[in-house]
Amino acid sequence: MTAKHWRIALTVNGEAIAREVPVRLNLVDFLRHDLGFTGSHVGCEQGACGACTIVMDGETVRGCLVLAVQADGCAIETIEGGVDDDLRQMFHTLNALQCGFCTPGMLLSAAELLRANPDPSRDDIRDYLSGNFCRCTGYQAIVDAVETVAKARRS
Amino acid sequence: MADALGLLARHGDDAAIVAGGQSLLPILNFRLAAPELLIDIGRLDDLKQITEGDDYIEIGALLRHCDLADSPLIGRDLPLLHQAINHIAHPAVRHRGTIGGSLAMADPAAELGACCLALDGAFSLLSGREQRWVAASDFFKGVYETALQPDEILTAIRIPKPVRNSISVFEEIARRRGDFAMAGLALVAAPNSLRIALLGVADRPVLAGQTMALLSANPTAVDAAMEMIATEIEPPDDPAYPPAYRRHLVQVLLRRALSRLPQ
Amino acid sequence: MSIGAEVPRDRAKRLLTGRGRFVDDIQLPRMLHLAFVRSPYAHARIEAIDTAGAISMPGVIAVYTAKELEDAVSSWRPEHKLFPTMAAPEQHALAKETARWQGEAVAAVVAESRAQAEDAAEHVAVTWHELPAVTDAKAALATDAAVLHDDMTTNLAFSTEIVTGDVALAFRDAAHVVEEHFRFNRHSGVSLEPRGIIAEFEPGENRLTVHQSHQTPHQQQDLYARLLALPEHKVRVICPDVGGAFGLKHHLMADELVACVAARLLCRPVKYIADRLESFLSDIHCRDHEVHARMAFSAAGKILGIEVDDLFNAGAYGQYPRTSIAEGNQITRLTGAPYGHEHYRAGLRMAFLNKSILGHIRSVGHPIACAVAERLLDMGAADFGLDPIEVRRMNYLSDDDFPRTSAGGVEFESLSFNGCLDKALQMIDVPGFRETQTALGQQGIYRGIGIATFVELTAIGPEYYGEGGQHISAQETCLLRLEGSGTVRCYTGVTDQGQGIDTGIQQVVAGVMGLPLADVEVISGDSALCPVGGGSWGSRGAALGGEAALGAARTLRGNILNIAASLLQKEPNDLSIEQGVVIDAASGSRHMAVSEIGRIGHFQPYTIPDGVSADLTVVERYGSRDRMFLAGNGLQIAVVEVDVDSGIVTPLRHLVVHDCGRILNPLLVREQVRGGVVQGIGAALYEELRYDEDGHLMTGSFADYLVPMAGEMPDIEVAHLETPTKTSELGAKGAGEAGTAGAVGAVLNAVNDAIAPFKASIAETPITPPRLLRALGKI
Repeated sequence: MTAKHWRIALTVNGEAIAREVPVRLNLVDFLRHDLGFTGSHVGCEQGACGACTIVMDGETVRGCLVLAVQADGCAIETIEGGVDDDLRQMFHTLNALQCGFCTPGMLLSAAELLRANPDPSRDDIRDYLSGNFCRCTGYQAIVDAVETVAKARRS
Repeated sequence: MADALGLLARHGDDAAIVAGGQSLLPILNFRLAAPELLIDIGRLDDLKQITEGDDYIEIGALLRHCDLADSPLIGRDLPLLHQAINHIAHPAVRHRGTIGGSLAMADPAAELGACCLALDGAFSLLSGREQRWVAASDFFKGVYETALQPDEILTAIRIPKPVRNSISVFEEIARRRGDFAMAGLALVAAPNSLRIALLGVADRPVLAGQTMALLSANPTAVDAAMEMIATEIEPPDDPAYPPAYRRHLVQVLLRRALSRLPQ
Repeated sequence: MSIGAEVPRDRAKRLLTGRGRFVDDIQLPRMLHLAFVRSPYAHARIEAIDTAGAISMPGVIAVYTAKELEDAVSSWRPEHKLFPTMAAPEQHALAKETARWQGEAVAAVVAESRAQAEDAAEHVAVTWHELPAVTDAKAALATDAAVLHDDMTTNLAFSTEIVTGDVALAFRDAAHVVEEHFRFNRHSGVSLEPRGIIAEFEPGENRLTVHQSHQTPHQQQDLYARLLALPEHKVRVICPDVGGAFGLKHHLMADELVACVAARLLCRPVKYIADRLESFLSDIHCRDHEVHARMAFSAAGKILGIEVDDLFNAGAYGQYPRTSIAEGNQITRLTGAPYGHEHYRAGLRMAFLNKSILGHIRSVGHPIACAVAERLLDMGAADFGLDPIEVRRMNYLSDDDFPRTSAGGVEFESLSFNGCLDKALQMIDVPGFRETQTALGQQGIYRGIGIATFVELTAIGPEYYGEGGQHISAQETCLLRLEGSGTVRCYTGVTDQGQGIDTGIQQVVAGVMGLPLADVEVISGDSALCPVGGGSWGSRGAALGGEAALGAARTLRGNILNIAASLLQKEPNDLSIEQGVVIDAASGSRHMAVSEIGRIGHFQPYTIPDGVSADLTVVERYGSRDRMFLAGNGLQIAVVEVDVDSGIVTPLRHLVVHDCGRILNPLLVREQVRGGVVQGIGAALYEELRYDEDGHLMTGSFADYLVPMAGEMPDIEVAHLETPTKTSELGAKGAGEAGTAGAVGAVLNAVNDAIAPFKASIAETPITPPRLLRALGKI
């Protein structure tokens, strides 16, 4: 079966959504422009900058490197669906963001790291976030925030 | 699978197969290709198995980088892959990218192609016509070029189990974590054999055949091997990383790799 | 007092929940989308453009070439009255007869969706006649070079020389002379959010409303009004959340202008968002300088004189409206600025060539001026066996040298070079590092340390653009409005691109007025609502916008106290405000809440006697007088490890001691300095817009243009001294340039220190692995 458009059904932040989408539409454009979830951003369209990072079936993916049709039947979470509150709060307290364009991707990646590794070293944090470009901060406040949350959770 | 093969047979070069999409999507996003038809094979669960034979391990083409990294079997028998996967891009890309997709894309700097060469792997190519096995050393034909015919799908990678006491070393030199390397080296040393594959230093992943022969015959001929490995490759004419630089890097990599072997 | 407190930003809370509102997040009814046809050649004549194939494509509304836009939009020339001999070639919104860089737009397609516009752009057929491309400033100035502009006979855009003292004599008398030829390759600001605009036109009211990712809404209002021949008060430019700017969003961009024209012609909203390739091709770029420099020393190590010759380029045209001269100008003004030499000569030549336009990106010229002088100083120190720290100490301008006009002609009010060095040496154990360095060197591990002292020019005055003829405000005005409930709205002409100036101004207003921080909201980035101002660039927000806010807050506080005093039958001077409550200044006893004043002042004004100054909306302005800049200063120390086998440099540690006068909010300043350092490390090690000899960009994606990522960056220690400027009451100087200004020089010196055992040196950035191995003679 082939067509230029395809009907997909998925959940986004827990909400069931069905839409017909052009096959060539990528997931982040679908989320942003068709559904209005503009928290995920587009920075490079080649998976290098991490601004479009979203969670698909429990794992971070690049929203620009997934076609919307490939998300059929999947559970998608974006920053609008929430992220660990302590992490978000610590980003705010330590000013781990400036313009905020990278921040949703940064938060989702950091949250995933802390799920996999509750006791990351600063280098582990830098390594895990090394696919998320931030042009404003010196990354340090971001690393500080993730490290502080990890420590607080362990204590 | 039959549907996919049928579509591929009908549309051939006008179709593109998408699995994880981590190589194809940038190409589509940049409008460097505009295939008439996308064939999404991502849900063919048969291609997501790792099976263990007596003397080989077969990896389904749709196994993702993160699946390989999590597999104890791969960790036990093919530690080279585990070492290499840490260098592939970033977590969010490893969650989608597949071994088959990476191999079929045939980026000369990709890690897994060189690993399959070093491990003497073979690839199962399936079409409506036939299923055939192609050795890794015959598969890569050039930059983004492979032995795949327009109607074929890469379905599995079969890798002989390394003999006991063999040692695997993966080394690469990249400017930032997760970048495609400027040069990389995959080495598998067994008591009576040595295989060295290189990435990023030619139009495809290549075996350093002459250096392998030299060191297999005379493991202490390190200086001669250094000389040989730099001359037996043909690095791309890239002004950012000129051939002389990559020739130098393969020497650095070989020295580093050999230093990791027990003396 | 909330000034100086470490307060997180209100706006950040919204951004953290994905509720940012960037230009591309905005959708308007019946909005159209724009895509461009760009020149694939660096230099080519446009013989013909056939748009017929495109116009019939699905969803296409219009296709424009220069011809269709001729009557709809004016061309422009980047002129500057301070540099009257500078060539200012005419530029059009779409290239007219000749494309002069790869990526210059020659046609525009407007369609119902971006995808459709891009589909159709592929069907615009352009007949090109390729012309010889000039891609290097030296080649551009050669006698046989192809000349870019029809009304010019050479590609020389401008040349000038600054001479102070007798530099020839200084070099003749010198005991040591060091000399180096530097190359600082081209890069850019690379904001994560690309450039973007939505333009909408209401024909009934003749009104153009623009949402643009930009730093200077009022400048854009003026430009769009003039270029589109609209009354200025009918043009409104709104800058919503801006995803990083760094100077690349404070110019006119032809692409965005086309969106405005299209919106006006079609009377429908038109959106244009640059993709990453377009960004690399057509953003404003920076650096691309070749600098030849010499430094003369006395036998004791005193700097006697400096000579600098800077050769650079404006790209294909020169940026508008600011022109492209400033980077070279800053280099000629600032090289060696921290030091006390009397003799100085700096020459500058600027060429046109076939690359994207070069302009002002963060820390304009500073990193080059700093790196050149600091490297020469290290070379001199090495020559006569002096420690790099001692040679600096010996040559710094000291506290009693101020005020002073530098050899480069910049006025310094008061700078703290020795204080910064003292502080830095408390933070890092240099002798300990040297011991480790030697020990590791014996194991084949090569580490280096590099120091770079810098001057940071901020908060430019009206003497530069005002005098230069540009409609760019150096004055800031703040409007404060006490609401009926006693909370305050603050309207400012400076803008926030993430640096947090909104919060800094909020702190000033709340602090001066005695209100809780939460009772003040800052509104910025709207040319219709906010008082005419300059926006945010060149580290001007705190110094100028902050001072204007201080003045307005003081006036409004005074008026509140006037009203309170009249109600309480007291003298205003006997009253004060704390935490939103009018109190007795002496006893602190509570009189009435500011909310009461708001209610009475707005709704029961009859209770206030005539003659009491009781305005609850107040405006104050602040413009500096008789100074071009506010100068700050600082130093950076970089520690790196060089892998002499691969040529890869790993930054291990970095520290900054910075003096930007009074700090409004250390939490925000610290990370902004760190961000600047990381951009400087990017320039030093990674970032390069590389063109081939035909002028084709080789680094058009994030795979080839390497930006600094978390994995490679070091922790960055930041400390501050505070030498407030006396030219304002607030005492703040700008802080945004410092990180980038010093990092390139510090890293360059650290790498050279690391490879000193090999008698090797390098003077080109970025220090790529192949360049470093060539310097080491390994390839």
